[in-house]
Amino acid sequence: MISFVGVLAFILLAPVIGGLVAGIDRKITAHMQGRVGPPVLQPFYDVGKLFEKEKTVANDTQRFYVISYFVFMIFTGALFFGGGNILLVIFALTLAQVFLVLGAYSANSPYSHIGAERELLQIMAYEPMVIIAAVGMYVVTTSFNVGTIASFDQPLVLFLPGIFAGFIYILTIKLRKSPFDISTSHHAHQEIVKGVTTEFSGPTLGLIELTHWYETVFLLGFVYLFFASNPLIAVIAVILVYLLEILIDNASARVKWQLVMKSSWVVAVIVGVANLAALYYLGVG
Amino acid sequence: MTYLSKSPWILHYDATSCNGCDIEVLASLTPMYDVERFGIINTGNPKHADIFVITGSVNEQNREVVRNLYEQIPNPKVVVAVGICACSGGVFRECYNVAGGIDKVIPVDVYVPGCAARPESIIDGIVIALGILEGKRNAPKSGTPEQQPMESAQGGGAQ
Repeated sequence: MISFVGVLAFILLAPVIGGLVAGIDRKITAHMQGRVGPPVLQPFYDVGKLFEKEKTVANDTQRFYVISYFVFMIFTGALFFGGGNILLVIFALTLAQVFLVLGAYSANSPYSHIGAERELLQIMAYEPMVIIAAVGMYVVTTSFNVGTIASFDQPLVLFLPGIFAGFIYILTIKLRKSPFDISTSHHAHQEIVKGVTTEFSGPTLGLIELTHWYETVFLLGFVYLFFASNPLIAVIAVILVYLLEILIDNASARVKWQLVMKSSWVVAVIVGVANLAALYYLGVG
Repeated sequence: MTYLSKSPWILHYDATSCNGCDIEVLASLTPMYDVERFGIINTGNPKHADIFVITGSVNEQNREVVRNLYEQIPNPKVVVAVGICACSGGVFRECYNVAGGIDKVIPVDVYVPGCAARPESIIDGIVIALGILEGKRNAPKSGTPEQQPMESAQGGGAQ
C-alpha cells in the first residue's frame, strides 16, 4: 500500500530540492528588488554554517521538541509521497507544527512566546482549508489515499477550482511568506526579533531550517496533487504557483494576525465550502 | 574555506552612536551595495548572529547591554567596531558618561575608522572579520586555547 520508493525518495531528495527552491527563491527575490542576490546554494551554506556553530540551547527539552518537529515533518512528507492516507498526513503535519510551538514556549523569552502564539494562530488559520482540500479530493475520487487520488484520470483542479484557490491562499501562510509571515519570516528580521525561532541557535536552528525544506517539498507535492493526471502540466503548475508566492511575498507588507485569521477562514468558507456544495449539487463523486 | 565564512549573519547594535554610522551600515544592505551577495544577513537576533557590528562609544547605560548581547552570540564570533567612536570613543572620549571605545567592554577584532565610516570600508572590515572568524573556528582544533576576553573586559569595566 505504502510505496517505499516514494518514502525513500522523499527522505533523500527533499532536502536537496527544498534547499534549491529556497536558494532560487532568494535569487528571484533579490532580482525583484533590483539586487544581485546570494548564490543559489546559499541556503546550504547557511545550514552548513549553523551546524558548525556552538551548541547552545535554552534548555534540554527544547532540543527534544525540535527533533520531534523534524521527525514528524519527515513522517508527514514520507506518508504523503508514499501514497498514504491524506487525513493522517494532515494530522501528522499539525503534530509536527505543534512540536515547534512547544519548543518556542519552552524558552523563557517574551519574543519566543509571541512567536509561538502567532504560530498557533497560523495553524488555526490554515487548518480548515487543508481539511476542506482533503475532503474535496475525497468527494471527487472517493478515496483518502494519496496514491488513489494521484492516479485519478482527470485533473482534480477542474472539479476543485475554488478549493485550489483557497489552498494557494493558505500556502502563503505555510511557506512563511508576506503578508502572512506573522510568526517568523525570511525577511524583516527586526519586528519580533525572529518570532518562533528566536530562542533557537546553531545546530538546532539548522534543523528547523532543514525541516522547513522538507515542509516546502511536501506542500509543493500537495499542489502537484491538484494536477496529478498529467505530470508535465503538474510540474509547470507547481513552478508557477511558487513564482506567484514569491511575487506576493515581495509585493505585500505583513498584515496583523486578526486579518490572517479572519481572511483565511472567510476564504475557506466561501471558496472551499461553496466548491464542496457545487460538487454535491452537480452529483460528482 | 568552510561554510562559516560563506554565511556570516550580522547583529547590528547602536551603542550611543549619533546614528551616522548606523545609516552607513544599513546602506550596505541596500541594492547599491547588496551585501547579501556574500550571504550576509542582518539578523537582529544575537542567538543567530556570527558577526557583532557595533557603532558608537559605549556609555554607562548600555555597557551591560553590549556585554549581554556579546555573550548571547554562539561561538565562533567576531566583533567589528564601526566608526571612530566605536574604535576609540572619538571626540566623546573624555566625556564623563562615555566608556570610550567598544574594546573597553568586549574584545574587538576589527576596527573600521571613519566619521561616518563609508559602506565600502564597512564591507572591507566585514571581509577581514570573515578571515578572523575562520581562524577562531580552527583555533580549538590546532590546540591554541581560545581567547578568554571577558576577564579583561570586566577589568576595564571596573575602572
